[in-house]
Amino acid sequence: MVKISSTLSTQLQPKAEVQNLNFYYAGSVHALQNVNLTVYDKKVTALIGPSGCGKTTLLRCFNRMHDLYDGNRYQGTIVLQPDSVNILARRVDPIEVRMRISMVFQRPNPFPKSVYENVAYGLRVRGEKKRSLLDEKVEQALRNAALWDEVKDRLNDAGTNLSGGQQQRLCIARALATEPEILLFDEPTSALDPISTESIEKLITELKHQVTILIVTHNMQQAARISDYTAFMYLGKLVEFNQTEYLFNQPAQKETEDYVKGRFG
Amino acid sequence: MTQTILEDIRAGIARRKLMDGIFAIGSLLTVLVALIVLLSLFLQLFVQGAPRLDWQFFTSFPSRDPEQAGILAAWVGSALVMLVTAFVAVPVGIAAGIYLEEYARKDWLSDLIEINVTNLAGVPSIIYGLLALGFFSRTLNLGESILTAGCTLALLILPVVIVTTRESLRAIPRGLREAAYAVGASRWQMIWDHLLPYSMGGILTGIIIGLSRAVGETAPLITIGALTFIAFLPDFSLAQPLEWLKAPFTVLPIQMFNWVSRPETDFQVNAAAAGAVLVVLTLLMNGLAIYLRYRYRQGLKW
Repeated sequence: MVKISSTLSTQLQPKAEVQNLNFYYAGSVHALQNVNLTVYDKKVTALIGPSGCGKTTLLRCFNRMHDLYDGNRYQGTIVLQPDSVNILARRVDPIEVRMRISMVFQRPNPFPKSVYENVAYGLRVRGEKKRSLLDEKVEQALRNAALWDEVKDRLNDAGTNLSGGQQQRLCIARALATEPEILLFDEPTSALDPISTESIEKLITELKHQVTILIVTHNMQQAARISDYTAFMYLGKLVEFNQTEYLFNQPAQKETEDYVKGRFG
Repeated sequence: MTQTILEDIRAGIARRKLMDGIFAIGSLLTVLVALIVLLSLFLQLFVQGAPRLDWQFFTSFPSRDPEQAGILAAWVGSALVMLVTAFVAVPVGIAAGIYLEEYARKDWLSDLIEINVTNLAGVPSIIYGLLALGFFSRTLNLGESILTAGCTLALLILPVVIVTTRESLRAIPRGLREAAYAVGASRWQMIWDHLLPYSMGGILTGIIIGLSRAVGETAPLITIGALTFIAFLPDFSLAQPLEWLKAPFTVLPIQMFNWVSRPETDFQVNAAAAGAVLVVLTLLMNGLAIYLRYRYRQGLKW
């Protein structure tokens, strides 16, 4: 056991380090309190905790989604490796951050455009116009999202006509097309049926070989199934962070234990 | 025991259903009153105007002889004024709506602007006429021209365009905006690639509803000095393609008003015919608005 974890740690590269992060929503709700967390490169990190604990708030700090609404305030840093950029810094443009860190939302939200245009949009906003390159990247992204075989004959159909699970995979393809360094998932299966959920989970475990994944989930079994690391959050604080198997089997904190054993939440 | 309780329940249901029925009949009657009044008005117009509704009526200038008179100058004037109105009100209204909805910070200033825009929609149209007389006609020296009229009506319908633009933008779910931002779109890219195409049905509807209101406006145009008797069309030449903007004009409702106020009863027939044309025009525009809204909504769901 000890040996395994030491070999693991030699391969571990931090991808993003959250340091003393505080976050205030407009109206000064102190939603995140002094959060410290390391997201490891090419691993799946899960954020779990009861509703309102701040896990989605933390996730949305990673692509500066909070900047879209007036009055929100960050304090502290999220340092992105390897270039050690603090992505919360005022002088770092949120657009730059979002070009490096992509996101898949809770409810599938494909654009009411064709399947092709949905996936190509991230490249188009970057000014890419070459059809052959777009074609190639769209196909690659759809293949990576395990959707290509289902949609290759209907690339011009509206993305909103796909089934719920397909729509979510389309959103994953859209997020992958720009080859992000980190992929954020905000409860990606909470609006899906069990079969679609399984296919998304399978996809996430495959994707982690290419991209660092940070996933918020309401579902503890899901975190246990697919994540390498898990952070348990409660009331805006990060209570415990560890390798998933340790967090679930040998939680160090009483609150973590109560939560993962299903005593509250 | 249980039997009497059950009967009580049934009596209660019957009583409430009776109330339902009474209210439904009452509502239907009020709807019918409104509809019948409107329909009989239209019918009256059409029946009275029918004898004059022919080709000659559309292709003749006004005349002292009711049989010879037509609405050529009026409908051409209306069309040209609407063109200018749309040309001014559409870009300004959409831009203002986008600014207020997407760019402006939500604070007391934007609240104040919002209240004022809504209030502007309720300002009597003759006030716009006075404003236009002072500002467009005199200060900017545009005179009693098609340009002045178009700008005046543009001001008049601007609140409608702004409000419907904002409402159409607001109807687009937050998730779609965030999806666009999340792949790295700038605000303008998000607006241009997503918000505008998705809200185009609603925005077009607002524009057409605004224009159909403008096409029937009389008071502000009389204030700025629309003529009531015009026996010529604006000059149009390729050498000076914008010269028609400076031409004097009349419009359908003014022509109609002019005929109504004549003593000869034959002119009343002309007035009814012009009124029928105006009503059909307005109905067609509203129909187009409904069709466009339907067409654009069809391909869109989220």
